[in-house]
Amino acid sequence: MEVLAILIPVSLFLGLLGLGAFFWTLRKGQYDDPEGDARRILNTDYDDRPKRDDE
Amino acid sequence: MTEALRPPPSACPGCAVAPAAAPVEDKGARLLLSLPTIHCAGCISTVEKGLARHPGVRSARVNLTLKRASIDAEPTVSAADLIATLDGIGYEAHELDPGVLSQTETDRQGRDLLMRIGVAGFAMMNVMILSIAVWAGAEDATRDLFHLISAVIAIPTVAFAGQPFFRSALKALRARRLNMDGPIALALILTVAISLFETLQSGQHAYFEAVLMLTFFLLVGRYLDHRARALARSAAQELAALEVPRALRIAGGTQTEVPIAQLAVGDLVLVRPGARVPVDGEVTEGRSEIDRSLLTGETLPVVTAPGAQLSAGEVNLTGPLTVRVTAAGRDSSLHRMADLVAAAESARTRYTTLADRAARAYAPTIPLLSLGAFVVWMWISGGDLRLSVNIAVATLIITCPCALGLAVPAVVTAASGRLFRKGLLIKDGTALERLAEVDTVVFDKTGTLTMGTPVPDNLDAHPEPALRVALALSEASSHPLARALATALRARGLAPAQVDDLREAPGYGVQGTWQGQPVKLGRAGWVGATHAATTGAYLSLGEDTHSFTFTDALRPGAEEVVAALQAQGKTLWLLSGDVAPAVEAMAHRLNIPHHRAGALPTEKAAHIEALQAQGHKVLMVGDGLNDTVALSAAHVSISPASALDAARAASDMVLLGRDIAPVADALRISQTSVRRIRENFWQSGLYNAVFVPIALVGWCTPLWAALAMSISSITVSLNALRLK
Repeated sequence: MEVLAILIPVSLFLGLLGLGAFFWTLRKGQYDDPEGDARRILNTDYDDRPKRDDE
Repeated sequence: MTEALRPPPSACPGCAVAPAAAPVEDKGARLLLSLPTIHCAGCISTVEKGLARHPGVRSARVNLTLKRASIDAEPTVSAADLIATLDGIGYEAHELDPGVLSQTETDRQGRDLLMRIGVAGFAMMNVMILSIAVWAGAEDATRDLFHLISAVIAIPTVAFAGQPFFRSALKALRARRLNMDGPIALALILTVAISLFETLQSGQHAYFEAVLMLTFFLLVGRYLDHRARALARSAAQELAALEVPRALRIAGGTQTEVPIAQLAVGDLVLVRPGARVPVDGEVTEGRSEIDRSLLTGETLPVVTAPGAQLSAGEVNLTGPLTVRVTAAGRDSSLHRMADLVAAAESARTRYTTLADRAARAYAPTIPLLSLGAFVVWMWISGGDLRLSVNIAVATLIITCPCALGLAVPAVVTAASGRLFRKGLLIKDGTALERLAEVDTVVFDKTGTLTMGTPVPDNLDAHPEPALRVALALSEASSHPLARALATALRARGLAPAQVDDLREAPGYGVQGTWQGQPVKLGRAGWVGATHAATTGAYLSLGEDTHSFTFTDALRPGAEEVVAALQAQGKTLWLLSGDVAPAVEAMAHRLNIPHHRAGALPTEKAAHIEALQAQGHKVLMVGDGLNDTVALSAAHVSISPASALDAARAASDMVLLGRDIAPVADALRISQTSVRRIRENFWQSGLYNAVFVPIALVGWCTPLWAALAMSISSITVSLNALRLK
């Protein structure tokens, strides 16, 4: 049972990590166009790098 | 020919009235276009590349979910250019007013809710891991530790994620009302409190995971509700084009642009060709033709000369007019129409939705049932406070309307998403339910079942040189018939002939010289041709005369929508302000059984009210200013995106594309959705009927509560997704 002392904090930490990632995607507007994003993957024009916000 | 002279559904109707009214594009600002027909990955890249190739466009990004494109461009680029570019590559586009403020506002609220959902979801899953251990048999110190950790996660989460419910409940209580959020807030607070108490007392049961689950599912319902509403509202706001009511006042030989409110009776106002008449008045100078179809539904332009009376809202077509104001502002006919709309809208009975009715019946039962359980158990157990409170809390959390909170929003989201994909935007939250009750559909003819734009139908009857001269002449005029002719001729790949001395004679036509002989395009009498039975434009080449006749193109989908609605057993009416032969011909062509011609705006509304007095529920589909009163008088109303601002504002749904066929789909989908909503209510009722007795007798454990809550929420959502 001592393993719980490690496992519980670890699971909470991982959960919090996920929550943080969710907040980040939310702030970056990644849910603004779910349908378009799903289709864009079929696009055949490739960019060399991701587009930056200020471009 | 019908309704020839509707001005094109311009990107910015206000611009015609007030050229200075478009400061939006000043500093290379963002342009927003609505693209009702995009649907695939190919569309995205075609549109983005097409826009990027347009000179002056810095970047363009398509949002497929909202069917919009946002464009960052130089100030010189106007939305009208981009719309033309997109039209060239086969996509229909409309300009949206970048109502940036309201959009960020709704976005902020939506993100706020999403954030709370995320927090509730995170806490729910973590607490669930611990709870499973407890349900699996963790005992004594381990159980207490797990409960304690759960409490540490759950209490701040409920305090943060539950805020929308607490706020709403408090607001309702202050107004001395009880809404659905009252019992929800009570359940959240009481359950957390009692669970904390049990934890500290090393008790067996703590309901932390149930509380979090309740918060999570309710927030999801709340978010879906918010999104459906915000999407419709922001789009409707943005569809409303800029229309700053301004007029050009002539005083002391100079023209100044003034707001209409500043005009007084007796002022002289200049109305340019193509502009809307801003006030009621009398023509003192100039000759032109006036399109009054928006006010009266008359299709033929009326010739005006000094002495003629004009009404606000009419459109000046060919020549500049000077108008002496006889009535402005409140007294003008445009304003009287707006007053009629307001009156009709307030008369529209306040509609109570299914959700409202369910909440009103259900909200008081939750605390009452729980209180009842507490009192009865106090009596049975002979004053065992802890047991009674525990049972009361279990009842509270079981009855809490988790599935009920999802029942309506899940269906509405599924339905509005489906309708949006078909090109229909719901502007009003209750429209879907009202639409489901409709048994009579009233169509306007002009601009609704027809495109409102004339199309020449006898081009083949003329020799090519005549067509090329006609093209040269027609391109020199902004008269709708001339424009239609030019577009059709260009579409045939013809090049204009060399015509010199092009001059427009306002109210008559265009003239010029071709190969040394005078040529004219315009009215029959002026050109020297004999007047044919249908409306047309006439061309004279020296001695020869040619007549071009026009028909109003049927809106795509008009035949399908009529057939589909008749198959659904609806009664159809065609109500138009146009003359009887044109209306009869249209009714006959589309096989609409009932029709009425020459209806004035108030008569249209009265007709609809008479139908409703007989117990019919009427759907009005219309687009003109003469339809607005009827649109707001009807039980529910739809207008095309090309409709006038006022008509769109008065209607509950907006048809985004050119095709009118989605109207029939909308009726079908609305009926299915109301059926789904009812089923969902029955489902959540059934779940309560099973679990409430279990809670009341005191057998309900946190495991039961968690199971019941998740199963009911999931079945309700799945049922909503069945919507086809």
